[in-house]
Order: sequence, then structure tokens, then C-alpha cells
Amino acid sequence: MASSRDAILATVRAAKVPQAARPEPFRAGIRYADPLKQFGESLAAVGGKMIVAPDADSARAQLLENPLLVPGKKNCSLLPEIIAPTFSLDDIADPHEVEDVWLAVLPGEFAVAENAAVWFSGRRLKHRVVPFITQHLVLVVPRDQVVNNMHEAYDRLKFGTVEFGVFISGPSKTADIEQSLVIGAHGARSLSVVMLG
Amino acid sequence: MTGHPTRAAEFIALPQRAAWHDQSLWFVRAKRDKAAKAIPEWESLRDAAAAIKAHTVANLADYLEEFERNAKKLGAVVHWARDAAEHNAIVLKILSDHNVKRVVKSKSMLTEECHLNPHLEAAGIEVVDTDLGERIVQLANERPSHIVLPCIHKKKEEIGELFHEHLGTDAGASDPQYLTEAARGHLRDRFLKAGAGLTGVNFAIAETGGFVVCTNEGNADLGVSLPPIHIACMGIEKLIPKAAELGVFLRLLARSATGQAITTYSSHFHGPRAGCELHIVLVDNGRSTVLGQDDFRRSLNCIRCGACMNTCPVYRRSGGHSYNATVPGPIGSILEPARDPAKHASLPHACSLCGSCSDVCPVKINIHEQLLIWRRELVKKGLLPLTKRWAMSIGSAVLQRPWLYQMVGGMGRMALKLLPRFLVYSRLNPWGKQRELPTPPKQSFRDQFKARHGK
Amino acid sequence: MSNMVGDFGTTGNVSRLSLLATFSIATGNAPPLTRARDLPGFGGSTSFVHRSTSPIPSSGRPSIVPRVGLFIPCYIDQMYPDVGFATVEVLERLGVTVEFPEAQTCCGQPMANTGCTEAAAPLARRFVEIFEPYDAVVCPSGSCVAMVRAHYHEYFHHDPRYDALRPKVFELCEYLVDVLKVDKLPVRFPHKVGLHQSCHGLRELRLGSSSETIVAPFNKAKQLLELIDGLELVDPARPDECCGFGGTFAVSEEAVSCLMGHDRIADHLQAGAEVMTATDMSCLMHLDGLIRRDKQPLRCMHIAELLAGRPV
Repeated sequence: MASSRDAILATVRAAKVPQAARPEPFRAGIRYADPLKQFGESLAAVGGKMIVAPDADSARAQLLENPLLVPGKKNCSLLPEIIAPTFSLDDIADPHEVEDVWLAVLPGEFAVAENAAVWFSGRRLKHRVVPFITQHLVLVVPRDQVVNNMHEAYDRLKFGTVEFGVFISGPSKTADIEQSLVIGAHGARSLSVVMLG
Repeated sequence: MTGHPTRAAEFIALPQRAAWHDQSLWFVRAKRDKAAKAIPEWESLRDAAAAIKAHTVANLADYLEEFERNAKKLGAVVHWARDAAEHNAIVLKILSDHNVKRVVKSKSMLTEECHLNPHLEAAGIEVVDTDLGERIVQLANERPSHIVLPCIHKKKEEIGELFHEHLGTDAGASDPQYLTEAARGHLRDRFLKAGAGLTGVNFAIAETGGFVVCTNEGNADLGVSLPPIHIACMGIEKLIPKAAELGVFLRLLARSATGQAITTYSSHFHGPRAGCELHIVLVDNGRSTVLGQDDFRRSLNCIRCGACMNTCPVYRRSGGHSYNATVPGPIGSILEPARDPAKHASLPHACSLCGSCSDVCPVKINIHEQLLIWRRELVKKGLLPLTKRWAMSIGSAVLQRPWLYQMVGGMGRMALKLLPRFLVYSRLNPWGKQRELPTPPKQSFRDQFKARHGK
Repeated sequence: MSNMVGDFGTTGNVSRLSLLATFSIATGNAPPLTRARDLPGFGGSTSFVHRSTSPIPSSGRPSIVPRVGLFIPCYIDQMYPDVGFATVEVLERLGVTVEFPEAQTCCGQPMANTGCTEAAAPLARRFVEIFEPYDAVVCPSGSCVAMVRAHYHEYFHHDPRYDALRPKVFELCEYLVDVLKVDKLPVRFPHKVGLHQSCHGLRELRLGSSSETIVAPFNKAKQLLELIDGLELVDPARPDECCGFGGTFAVSEEAVSCLMGHDRIADHLQAGAEVMTATDMSCLMHLDGLIRRDKQPLRCMHIAELLAGRPV
């Protein structure tokens, strides 16, 4: 008997679907006069906070204005110049051990103006659970790395190696109970995006 | 007709509930409108999405092979399942092989379609749905009434009672913030204890062998980033050729679904975590048959955004459970009869053919036209009640003969005039239950036209 | 915009009909109620079939008089004859003489929408036979026109007779706007009116932009209503939600159908409407039935009745 794989592929091939050309890449994405400003507005609309900082010191000072982000609890940081980590993630073998991380400070590669998404690549992060399990998340993006829309975003992304990456737009949320928006469903309860530089 | 009309009437019997349900979903539709209007290129995005899907399904076998090849290269294990039973068996075997007893699952309509949970539970495995809405219906022992908003039919007070019973929240508490916080604590525990994480797949990319999962809560990511096994279940129609095309679909998906510009998390999985396993289960379960049907092929474009439900005036007023189906609402009324026409024979008729679903659909499925075609299929399969078929045949016979039509029309008008009210508005006349019939004129248009124009 | 819509509309044939309207008014055949837009002369060959020609004496120029067939849906014929006459009056005042082919009965939509193709097919064939001699067919129902234009393919696979007729079948408002280019309607209707957007006209004929689509807004029925003196259009909160008639749906899904209708009525009432109008009498029959049962302070009138200047 044919394997399920072969059986499915045979049925799919037998369907004789009329040919249709692959459309040209979509180029008509919305553009903004000031993508950074638009990003800030989009982020505010999804419950996140944009912090524009010329340097690490300014970023830290502004972050610490939020009492929730005051270090002292368990911090995981890949950007020690902004917030110092309280432990070394690389020394941890089992991701369950980061369950009690309070604050995670991670680098975002670029930001998308239309929807407040920040691309985070797990390449440098030993445990990919960190941005999701932390109570509060800070993503730090170079200020000049803001694209207008998702088409421009994917133009920048290359896949093909073993890698985890995620667009994060705002803190975790749900509206499953009577459409009431609640911030902090399973993931981070707050998201700050530092636009650095 | 039994089926949807009966269940819908039961839902409407509580008029306040039906009005509340309608307004809740209309609110989502309004948010969708606002989000779509913010994108001037919206209609061309829809065109692009439909074109990409048309191209993909025309070359689906090739793209499936390409996807498999690339996914394996990245270290994933790829499984193929012809039907629900095979899918369930594959998942169970992966779990049994690793002696997994607890599974956390993020939203996957495919596993609902395959009835995976009872299959795993029968084997002694605890399955916890981790999407808040899905967890609520799971605790209530119900099925989701909406594919994006699984417990949209439930009042917060009911959820409060459910949580009081199962999670020990305060009696009488119904504040969504409080209840969500309780669920967060409860589910964190399950995430930490799970031996495997299950997810659905929103889009799989042939060119890279990766796939994307979209959530707002972060439950998919928590679920698969702690345990050593990630099982991703997907219908074979979830494929797209290139990663760049995600731009088109991610822009449409959340805006159509909830009016968000994008979901909070759009996670791109390429290969397993170091030292862990990634299993991808490709499921047919009737999709390849639909692929061969010119009339219904476009239903495979569906990206499960739920916009057709939010806009459907029937769905909003009859509730998702009235469809008695895994996928309710307009798109479900196409997908479900394809699997079991007799069971779902009333669904293509649970529609006033208003066409709002087709206009709202981000991938341009001609939903209301397919529902109409389904009605023809039901007649061909002998699944339209005989009385209706006879009525239509007799009607046609009359209407093919102008003299007979004129005579019957005249008699009808006369009868309406002469018959006593209790006879006209009897139980046999569903029209008259809540509505008056029109007041019949003495003469038809044609009679008067002839008289006036002297012909 | 949508592939549901045919490629008819403001083509060459348009000017010829408009021209006729102008000439007819000049001859005094009809009260000079409107002035058609300046028109290009005859020229080029168009898709219009000239079966009957007649000179227009006062102009001194020979003209081609298009034959316009009136398509009156069966339920309007039997139950709402005045909607038919309002249609005739509107057209005649604009100089269009209509013929009513008496062999017509029904387009077959009730059968088709129930899935009974075999019962619908002979009615579709009759329709094409009866109306193919006409240069234009006008009908005061978006739904019945949608049946002919959007759903007859099922019965006529590439049949040239149907293909020739299809672009010549018009819903009343689109005929007035697209073909006759009406821009004046000296009738008076000093009332607050809610326009119920009947679905098939809206989403299959594209008489207007639907609220789901992100396009530049347009609405042919509204465009005409705005020409009526004293008429004040009110805006329901949901601009184009279905009323729940839906043909046999009104009976088979009685509970949902009536709730949908009640909701539309409530929406128009809260918007301040005194009169609810629509391009389809079937929607209004359903709504009026609910209104009369509940004794609501709202009247239902077909748009042809408003365009013809009927009082409330």
C-alpha cells in the first residue's frame, strides 16, 4: 500500500487545478512621512510604550521611571549597558528555571511602523522562552531601523537556517471574556520599546 | 426543516442574549472596518492574497514536497495524515513514544476538526487548551462557538462561576481582569508541567520549511518553548510559496479577525530548539477532494480569520453552536457539508445570501456563491426535504404558463381577501407568525397595464 | 472592482438612450421633468441592437428608438402593482416608452436559491426568449436583475443569446443613473427617509459600495433620492445590514429572519426615519409585515414610488 504521503500527493496532483501564475511581489504597501512617529502611535494603540533615547544611559534612566522595571528582581538582559542581568542565561540548562524572570531586556532588529511589530531573532538567546515568560519585556531597537510596513519587513528577513524569530507587537493580551481587553494574558504584562540612537 | 433553524430559534428565544451576541460581534466587525480603512491598499492586498492562494493550490503537490524537504533539512520530522484518525494516531504515537502525560495546546482548528482531545484523553493524556477562550469552553465541556473568539457566547458571570468551580476564584467574581489573572496563574502551572506543546499553523512556507503561528496571548510560544517536544498540526492548504508572501497575509489576518494591525506574537519556527524535537503533521482530511472541485476549491483559501462570522447577520443572531459544527458561520457552512452533507444539510440554507461574507473575506472566497452552489448539491444528493422540492417544481410548472400563473395569482389574492384571519395566520404559515401578509390589490399589474394601454 | 459585476454601464449605448430622452422631452411627449446631460452624437458601432427605428418628427432628425422591455417581478405584478406603475411613470416622464411583454412571469430565483436548478432552468430560458428582442430591459428589483445577470450562467453555458441579453438588463436605479444620467427629479417628498440597501442590488449589482469594501463610496439609489425635493435621508447605524428576507429563508429560518428585520426597523427608527425605502419590494414586504404587526410608526415605500413622486 502506498504511504499516506504518496497517497495525498497523488490525490493532490490528480486534482488538476488550473494553473495560475505566482503574482509579483506586493509593492504597494503603505508608507508614512515619519515612520518612527507612526511606530510610536501604533505601539501606544496596542498598549506598549516607546522610549526614544540617544544612548544607553538615557534609555536606562527613562526605563527606570517605570517602577515595574526597577531592577532588583530577576533580570535577564542581553544589553547589560542598559540594564544589568542578575544571572547568566547561558549557565542555565533547563528553560523552566527562568520561570521567575521579572524583566527581560532584549535586542530587536527592526521595528514596523504600520503595526508596532518588532522583529526579535532568537539567534543570540539560549532559551527562546524568555521574551514570553518574563513579566515585563524591553526590546531595544536601533532608532534608524524602522520600516513602513510588513512587505519592507520581509524584504529584510532571510530564513533558511535553524532559527526562531518573532514579531512582537505590544504586551500579551486577550479579549476572550466579553471582548474586554486585558493586558497580560500569558506573556509579558508590559512592553517597552527603546528606540536607541 | 430541523437543524440550524431549530437551534437558532432556541438561541433567539432569549432575545436579550441574542441582541448582546449580535452587538458583541458587530463591534468586532466595526473594529475590522476601521483597521481595513487605515490601509488604502486593502482591496489590492485581498487580490494579492487570493492570487497567491490560487497559485499555491495549483502547484500544491510541488510546494508540499518543497516544504517537506526544507523542513527536514532544518531538523523537523514531517508526518503525513490522510484523515483525522491517522492524524490522531500520529500525535498519540509521538506522545506515547516519549511517555508524555501532559500536553498544552494552543488554538488549532485542525485538531478540533480531528477531535484530537478526546482521542488523547482516552489514552490517559491530559490535554490543556491554553488559549483563554478555549480553556473556558474546555472547562465548560463545550466546543468553541467561534474560531477566533471561542467563548464569545458566554457571559462573564458564567465564566466567573466556571472559574469558581474549577480554579477556585471568588464566588460571584466576574471581572475580566481578575478572571484572566486567575487563568494566567492556573495555566502557567500547566505550561511548566507539560511534556509536549501542540500548536496549529497559520502559514507554512515552502521555500524555507518554516511556519508561522499567530497569537495574542503568547500561549503558543510558552507552550512550545518549555517542553522538549513541539508538535505542529496543519492542513495541507496552509502552505504559501515564499516567506515574502507572509507580508500580505499577516497584514490581512489580524485586521480581518479582530481589527488589530497584527497579532501580538507572530512566531516563525524554523527547526527544533537545540536538543529538542519538532514534529510537523500535514493533514489532508478531505482537502485534496475539495481541491478537485472547481466550485469549492476557493474555500481552501481560508486563513481562519473569522471575519465572515463577525459580519454574518445570521451567525450573530443565532450563535456559533446553532451550526453544530467545528467551524460555524458562513465558511463553516461550506466546509462542514463537504465532510458530512447529510449531517450539515441545513447549513447552506442558514443564510440570507446577503453576500457580506464574500465582501469581507480577506482572501476573496466567494462564500455566499458557494453556499448557493451547496444548495444545488443538496438537491442532487436528495437532501432537500421533498415538500420543498415539490413546491419548487409546482411553482415552476405554474410560472412556465402565464395563463395559469395569472389564474393562480388571482385566486391567491382573492383567497387572502376572503379567508378569515385565523385561517390565513394559522400555524401552517410561518410567514404570519410575526409578520402581516401584504394587502392584496384587486388587480395585478398586468391586468391594469393592459387596461390602461388598451392592449 | 468585483467580478460579480458585468462590464456594462456607461458605454456607447448610453448616449443614444439619453439622446432619445432629450428628444422625447422636446416633443412634449412627457412633462419636461429632467434634463439629460449634454450628449455626444451618434458614432461608432455599439452593442445596441436597433430593431425598431422611428424618426422623431420635431427634431427633424431620424432617430433610433430603443425598445425598452419592462420586467416586473412576479410578486410585484401580483401584490404591488403600483410599484410597477411608478416604474412606468418614472421612465415615461424621462421619455422612455416601455413595453410589457405579457408572457413574462418569474425569473426563477426562488427555485434557484433553493438549489432546484431543474425547476429554475425553464424559467431562465423563457426569460431570455421573452426579453431578447429588447434593446434594454428595466426592472424595479435589484434581486431579480442579479438573478439574471449574476446567476443565469448556470443555465446558459456560453450561450450567445444570453450573453447578448445579459448586459442589457438593468435595475431601475442603475438605468436612471448610468444610462439616462438623470440629474434632476422635480418631485417633492418632504419626509425623513431611511434607505435600506437591499443586498443583491448592493453586493451583486454594485448599485453602491458596500460597507465591507474599502473603495471610494458611491450609491446610485442615494444619488437619486438626493434629487428629490424635501427628502431628508437619515443614516442608520448599520448602513447595509441584511433585513433577513432572503426568499425562502424568511420562512425556513423564521426566527432569525424576523429578528434581523426587527433590528433593521429599530435602527431606521432610531435614525429618525418616517419612511423606509429600498430597491427591492421583497425586503420591504418582509419589513412592512413586521412593522404592521407591531404597529410601528414607519412606512415602507419602494424607491420607484418616491422617484415617481407618490405621497406617503
